[in-house]
Amino acid sequence: MSGLRTPAGGRVDRGRPLRFTFDGRAYTGFAGDTLASALLAHGVHLVGRSFKYHRPRGIVAAGSEEPNALVTVARDAARRTPNVRATQVELYDGLVAESQNRWPNLSFDVGAINNLLSPLIPAGFYNKTFMWPRKAWFALYEPQIRAAAGFGVAPAHADPDRYAQRFAHCDVLVVGAGPAGLAAALTAAAAGARVLLCDEQAEFGGALLDEHDAVIDGAPVAAWLAATVATLRTNPRVTLLPRTTAFGYFPHNNIGLAERVTDHLADPTPTQPRERLWQVRAREVVLAAGAIERPLVFPGNDRPGVMLASAARSYLHRYGVKVGTRAVVAAGCDAAFQAAVELAAAGVTIAVIADVRAPGSPPGPAEAAARAAGLAIEASATVLGASGRLRVAGVTLGRVGTDGSVTPGARHACDVLLMSGGYTPSVHLHSQSRGKLAFDETLGAFVPGAAAERTRSAGLARGAHGLATALDDGAAAGLAAAAASGHRGDSGPRHAVRALDGGVAGRAGALPQPAGPLPPAKAFVDFQHDVTTRDLALARREGFEAIEHIKRYTTTGMATDQGKTSGLNALGYVADESARAIPDVGLTTFRMPYTPVTFGLFAGVARGDLFDPVRRTPSHDWASARGAVFEDVGMWKRARFFPATGEDLHAAVDRECLAVRHRVGMFDASTLGKIEVVGKDAATFLNRLYVNNWANLGINRSRYGILLRDDGFVYDDGVIARLADDRFHVTTTTGGAARVFAMMEDYIQTEWTDLSVWITSTTEQWAVVAVQGPRARDVLAKLVTDVDLAPAALPHMAVARGRICGVPMLLFRVSFSGELGFEVNVAADYGAEVWAAIHAAGQEHGITPYGTEAMHVLRAEKGYIIVGQDTDGTMTPDDAAVAWAIGKTKPDFVGKRSLERATMKAAGRKQLVGLETVDPGIVLEEGAQVVAAPGQTPPMKMIGHVTSSYHSASLGRSIALGVVAGGRARLGETLYVPMPAGDIAVKVVGPVFYDREGARLNG
Amino acid sequence: MLIIDCPYCGPRPELEFAHGGQAHVVRPADPSKSSDDEWTEYLYLRLNTRGVYAERWRHARGCGRFFNALRDTTTDHFLATYRAGERPPTVAAPRSAP
Ligand SMILES: [Zn+2]
Repeated sequence: MSGLRTPAGGRVDRGRPLRFTFDGRAYTGFAGDTLASALLAHGVHLVGRSFKYHRPRGIVAAGSEEPNALVTVARDAARRTPNVRATQVELYDGLVAESQNRWPNLSFDVGAINNLLSPLIPAGFYNKTFMWPRKAWFALYEPQIRAAAGFGVAPAHADPDRYAQRFAHCDVLVVGAGPAGLAAALTAAAAGARVLLCDEQAEFGGALLDEHDAVIDGAPVAAWLAATVATLRTNPRVTLLPRTTAFGYFPHNNIGLAERVTDHLADPTPTQPRERLWQVRAREVVLAAGAIERPLVFPGNDRPGVMLASAARSYLHRYGVKVGTRAVVAAGCDAAFQAAVELAAAGVTIAVIADVRAPGSPPGPAEAAARAAGLAIEASATVLGASGRLRVAGVTLGRVGTDGSVTPGARHACDVLLMSGGYTPSVHLHSQSRGKLAFDETLGAFVPGAAAERTRSAGLARGAHGLATALDDGAAAGLAAAAASGHRGDSGPRHAVRALDGGVAGRAGALPQPAGPLPPAKAFVDFQHDVTTRDLALARREGFEAIEHIKRYTTTGMATDQGKTSGLNALGYVADESARAIPDVGLTTFRMPYTPVTFGLFAGVARGDLFDPVRRTPSHDWASARGAVFEDVGMWKRARFFPATGEDLHAAVDRECLAVRHRVGMFDASTLGKIEVVGKDAATFLNRLYVNNWANLGINRSRYGILLRDDGFVYDDGVIARLADDRFHVTTTTGGAARVFAMMEDYIQTEWTDLSVWITSTTEQWAVVAVQGPRARDVLAKLVTDVDLAPAALPHMAVARGRICGVPMLLFRVSFSGELGFEVNVAADYGAEVWAAIHAAGQEHGITPYGTEAMHVLRAEKGYIIVGQDTDGTMTPDDAAVAWAIGKTKPDFVGKRSLERATMKAAGRKQLVGLETVDPGIVLEEGAQVVAAPGQTPPMKMIGHVTSSYHSASLGRSIALGVVAGGRARLGETLYVPMPAGDIAVKVVGPVFYDREGARLNG
Repeated sequence: MLIIDCPYCGPRPELEFAHGGQAHVVRPADPSKSSDDEWTEYLYLRLNTRGVYAERWRHARGCGRFFNALRDTTTDHFLATYRAGERPPTVAAPRSAP
């Protein structure tokens, strides 16, 4: 190795070396390393290219806030995960990682030409440039921009991994297992609460993992941490979830956790899910998410080797890695001095510490430690620039006078620049929960304000800094949360702590620069989206003042890291430039997820066959075995047609239709919604609900019913049979079953509580076989007992109960084809057998199974509407040509009052008509528009549209239904359907094309 | 996901429920006596309350019952649930946390 790994120390297992590759080059690391720490141990800082300018980028952070080091981890062709943060990728033996957003390679990237062109790509460039013509956006601009600016490549294969989901309940959910979170879990569990403790890292400890010299309760920090985690692990009331990110805070203390189960394993077992979604419902929540160190904003602050001071401490103490050999430290926060002292002790040369804290900052304990260690400190400093192409090579400092003027200073050679602008509390989850945020002047950052849920923040997440304070704060929060969930306890003895506290206060915005007309170039605020101070200044110059507008114009904070490191700096910069205080600039909204979450996690098992439940009819297996082609109707699988050998859709449908017209066909109508309405007021209820008169419907008789909403528009239709004085069998459309049932319940429960009536859905209890055609009676006569099928005994719309194949049957004499028709209802369990028996009995009559496509043609030939196809939620019964169904003498029914409104009776409403193409061979497009005159160019007045259109084998020509303004007054007129190939002339006719007298029904 | 306290079944997750719009909108007993304006108001005009709002829910994947709830639209906190036909209970001013 390169000598950057310390000889001892850290939490890596030096006895377990691991091999891995990055961009094809082989390296080794240790168990316990992240990809980032292992690369840094080899002196590799350059790991990616930036989004817009393709600038070389290095590792900035050590945790999930990392904005630059996004890599692709590839296990195989299907398991390629792009855009993972190298700082969160746990090393395993054989890991293969690749950099992104570069071609042909990281050191030489053709796309970096964008960097030279950057004056041409300012903020708002995309908004302004790619606006017109609109077509070019889809064809040219968007694909080009996506290809050039995208991050990573999605895998080409379906995700082969499994994702699990589970629900969990707990008294106290603690988010974050740093000092405050651990202390909270300890006191809450000791009080008797059921505790769930999660942390996004592989190991619990949070900031404690980065500590070296601290002592807690007399023990070195690592020993205290191990003992504390052991205490929690042995408590049966505590569930520990490492590698688990609380990514979203949803209403009523519903928190989404993403647990990464196998990504860290070299050989995951096939039985393990890759990830697990936890939907936690917590009585109380403690948010101990810590804080994120802010970068400093100065020219060249994005060069590889420029990184956060806290990250350098983390790599040193946790991973035993020195991030460089010669460091310049830019300290905007006292804590950065501690990093300098500790790196110096580990053998890193500290070239200089530039004290870039805000003027008037009080001296801090870490600064004192640096002075005691004899490190060179330059007071009242600023950073004017960092040089070096693929790695920082030098830093030019400046001096800030008491009047704020900046004079250039010396250049210091270095191979790392450690920066700290102070710490930003992680208020993301608190804010997601709709909690208020308050600006803390002392800390210079937003902290959680009033909570909206049963939640409290603790430790650094609310600005309570210093190890002793964080432990106390966490313990108190855990105790309070337990008590609020009904578990009283005591806090126990306070923890005795010896640790250095460099605080969290720092500065936000850009470091001072010499005065100029424009801000200096390439001082990055948002690394991941390449947003500079110049972009922010430009946005303000163009009139954007509200931070939400500036955010959208510049895209600052809109990358996958959601501005974790950039948010407050953007606010600080805009505040400085506009001479406002940060709270007056505003705050953008924190949204879930905290860090990116896979689609697989949300999908869980709901994919492939399990994506959506499937409903199958009783004849499904029979139809499937006969090669039926199915279509999805809602969740139902319905046979669309039954092709004979060599037949296409049209040939099959023609044959099926002709069979019904001339012999007999059979059709599975089981999907029709069925609702049984029972009670002494059942007829009254239906009278109030449907437009028809039900009082005069005889027992064992049925009627076509129309249901409106109270706004007067057709909502559903279906045949309703009276089985007894107090019992009705209501059928609905296939898609309308659930909503009609809900509508009935609504009126029964909330409007007409005076009625004695009950409803039950029986859709899935009945199998329905429609037997239609002139020979339908002959077929059923062979199987039906106890029912007289003669026309006089069982006329059209009559209902009878009897037996078929020996099983109980409810028989409807109804027709949706216009032929002599029956619908055989039997218990669903008998459906398959009865279907097969009817088919066998019908062989001598040439019985033909038909599907939904033929059913549609047959009903359209008769002008029977399909609600939802020939109606669209704005049609009255009169518009749909079914006003004849309305019971004229009824005082009221749902929708009646609306039908009296003037607009509902106005002339010129669209009415259902038949449309006959002048050329009988042309089948119109459903949805095509209808116009009055030929030869028009857009925009033209559209007076209607085609709702149903088919080829009719029975008629030897095409037929169509449509709605046309004042349609019934236009019978005989020629109208036009404009299509790309020209106008199609159509004649307006009545909606019934076949057997206009309806004689065949009564056969 | 909200937790909704069905007056018949107790607290259940939101996915068991269907929202039913504004509560206490009474269908006129004899709509033929409503003027066009009155009928239009009944059909279409609804509150858009910022604060405590009375709304209907149906425990669609549970007991099937319609009931009413008082919800603070600014926080999504439920202040009360009660049966259809009952008058809304008097509730204290909404608190910041449930
Ligand atoms: Zn219920």
